[in-house]
Amino acid sequence: MMVEQKVVDPDYLILEAPRERKFITGSQAFAEAIKRANVDIAIAYPITPQSETMHLVGDLWAQGYVKDYYRAEEEYGAMSAIAGAVRGGARAFSATSGPGLLRGLEAIVSWPGHRIPAVLGVMTRVVNAPLSIQPDNVEIAYLLHSGLIVLHAENQQDVFDFTLAGFPISEKVDVYLPVVVATEGFFVTHAKGYVELPPEDMKLPPRDPYKAPVPPTDCEIPPARIQRDAPVQKSNFMSYLIHAVWQQEVWSANERARKWIKHYLGGLIEVVNPKAEVFIVASGCAAAQGREAQRYAEMEGLNVGLVKIKSIRPFPAQELREILKDAKAIIVPEHNIVGWLCKEVKAVIPNGDRVVEGPRVYGGMTLPVELIMDEIYRVLGIKKAKKTLV
Amino acid sequence: MGLEYVKISPGFERYMPRDYVDLVKMGQFGRQVDVMDLGQFKELVEDHPMCAGCYMAYFIRIFYASLPNPEDTIVLGTAGCARLALSQAAVPFIYGNYGDTNAVASGLKRALTIRFPDKHKDVVVIAGDGGLMDIGFGMTMHSWFRREKFTTIMVDNEVYGNTGGQESGMSPKGVQLKMAPKGKQFDKINAVELAKVAGCVYVAKLSPTNPKRIAKVIRRAILAARHFGPTFIHAYTSCNIEYSIPTREVLADARNREKKDFKFYEWMTDEVKEYFEEMEKKEVKA
Repeated sequence: MMVEQKVVDPDYLILEAPRERKFITGSQAFAEAIKRANVDIAIAYPITPQSETMHLVGDLWAQGYVKDYYRAEEEYGAMSAIAGAVRGGARAFSATSGPGLLRGLEAIVSWPGHRIPAVLGVMTRVVNAPLSIQPDNVEIAYLLHSGLIVLHAENQQDVFDFTLAGFPISEKVDVYLPVVVATEGFFVTHAKGYVELPPEDMKLPPRDPYKAPVPPTDCEIPPARIQRDAPVQKSNFMSYLIHAVWQQEVWSANERARKWIKHYLGGLIEVVNPKAEVFIVASGCAAAQGREAQRYAEMEGLNVGLVKIKSIRPFPAQELREILKDAKAIIVPEHNIVGWLCKEVKAVIPNGDRVVEGPRVYGGMTLPVELIMDEIYRVLGIKKAKKTLV
Repeated sequence: MGLEYVKISPGFERYMPRDYVDLVKMGQFGRQVDVMDLGQFKELVEDHPMCAGCYMAYFIRIFYASLPNPEDTIVLGTAGCARLALSQAAVPFIYGNYGDTNAVASGLKRALTIRFPDKHKDVVVIAGDGGLMDIGFGMTMHSWFRREKFTTIMVDNEVYGNTGGQESGMSPKGVQLKMAPKGKQFDKINAVELAKVAGCVYVAKLSPTNPKRIAKVIRRAILAARHFGPTFIHAYTSCNIEYSIPTREVLADARNREKKDFKFYEWMTDEVKEYFEEMEKKEVKA
């Protein structure tokens, strides 16, 4: 049932190994990454649209690719157990969506401070009432201020690449933080796309928990007296100090992840037409729609570019300042009502009034390319009697 | 055995703190101590910031002296009084988030089983009534349903002591506490019966009046968890502050409760009983 796998260098598996093209769903892409990631334990809890991913990961356990797997009581329990497994030296994976993410959030946002290197799949879904299972991505905003590394996948290929690379990035000694791989539910998880996959008879080396800035809790290293999770219970002064320096280190580690994201994923951003007059800046599925809009605009002879943001944390502030320095207008299409990406972009570039707030769709509806084209025409002063594409 | 990790590398003895040298030379690592010899060996926990007359602190002292394998034991705790002492012991301690102990312990125990299939790594949760029976209730119960192989010890002071004395699910009915200004409206949760129904293989309830018996129960709970499944100890550890028990009367209170609702109770599956009988036979021979 299980293909015999040999351990290969992460650089070889991720960057050099020959790849074969498959037509698979986003959920399958997550599972294909886990199959090659030498995962010790995966912990699942059902929620639409995530469930299919953890079904497939469960199959990988049944086949022998993953060493342990169980269906947890609920997300807070699942995410807490992930923290326990990782402290015990295991490599761990879980995934969730929308309300499940928020239920697990108390545990998840403590992972960076507890220095828990793990990978978490987030398949976005409406979180606020009225209830819906559709892929609004407002939940990503809740992940941005806790020290997590947050990657946002545009398509099935990104899902595979980000998830597989997520493990070595997460476990680097100078990083040692959890990596979230977010993508839109249904649009990516339940739709098929072409994914270039390295051979399935190769896997990452196992996690080495001793190559770490904090020790695992396994009674295998000196000294006997280990206080890894110090509750800050001394004087108020010590309490401020310990928390402050620890969080500074978490955010420094988050910054240090940049070089590894560049190394494994070719950068924090991808740029199409770097000399453009108008830029679309987007992440996740909105980047896919932005890519189409850029293509249409080019066919109409308009000088429009695309900046796809792959890494939301760390945020590519310098890259954006550089690429957007001469941009006349910056359009930020998003799949949520609050415009968290728009706020992030505005905060790091001069002359923020160049940023167009939208288009935004929410409730998980699709983002028609026409909405982005309308903004392109508007900022370029083009009046169209009848709005047609090309 | 993880005994190697506590030993001091040759040549470093003079640079290590006296406290640590004593732990290695005169402590519990690598040998079984008798709880009645407390005071004659270097204990795993000595300093703690708990209140004068705290019976939970006493129970925790006995707990550490009872560990069958301290060099390969990991203790987990959560918010509450117990962790104030647990975090200062010479045994690795994990403090996660609110009420998460039994979920974290599940992941931890599974990871250790994957990584060290041939070693016993004992995982023990010590948390309060609030942590295990209120906020962490679902995780406590599900760790038992899943038959996770670790020990859960509830140090029940019948109150949220560390947050200033609020009612918990384990407070007795009628007791007036903060957040129960008219007295608690419902009965104390029957944690022992829940543990049995949920799949624990060894369950004990006690008021800590007899140190030898406490030590035996703790040792049994840990050994049964290694081989058979989840184990649970419900210990009465009064809060002399919130229940206004004068320090000199704390032991009398424990004895009084032992006569009432904390009568010593021990239950185990037939399989576990057989295991202990075999083990105790061998010990007598030795």
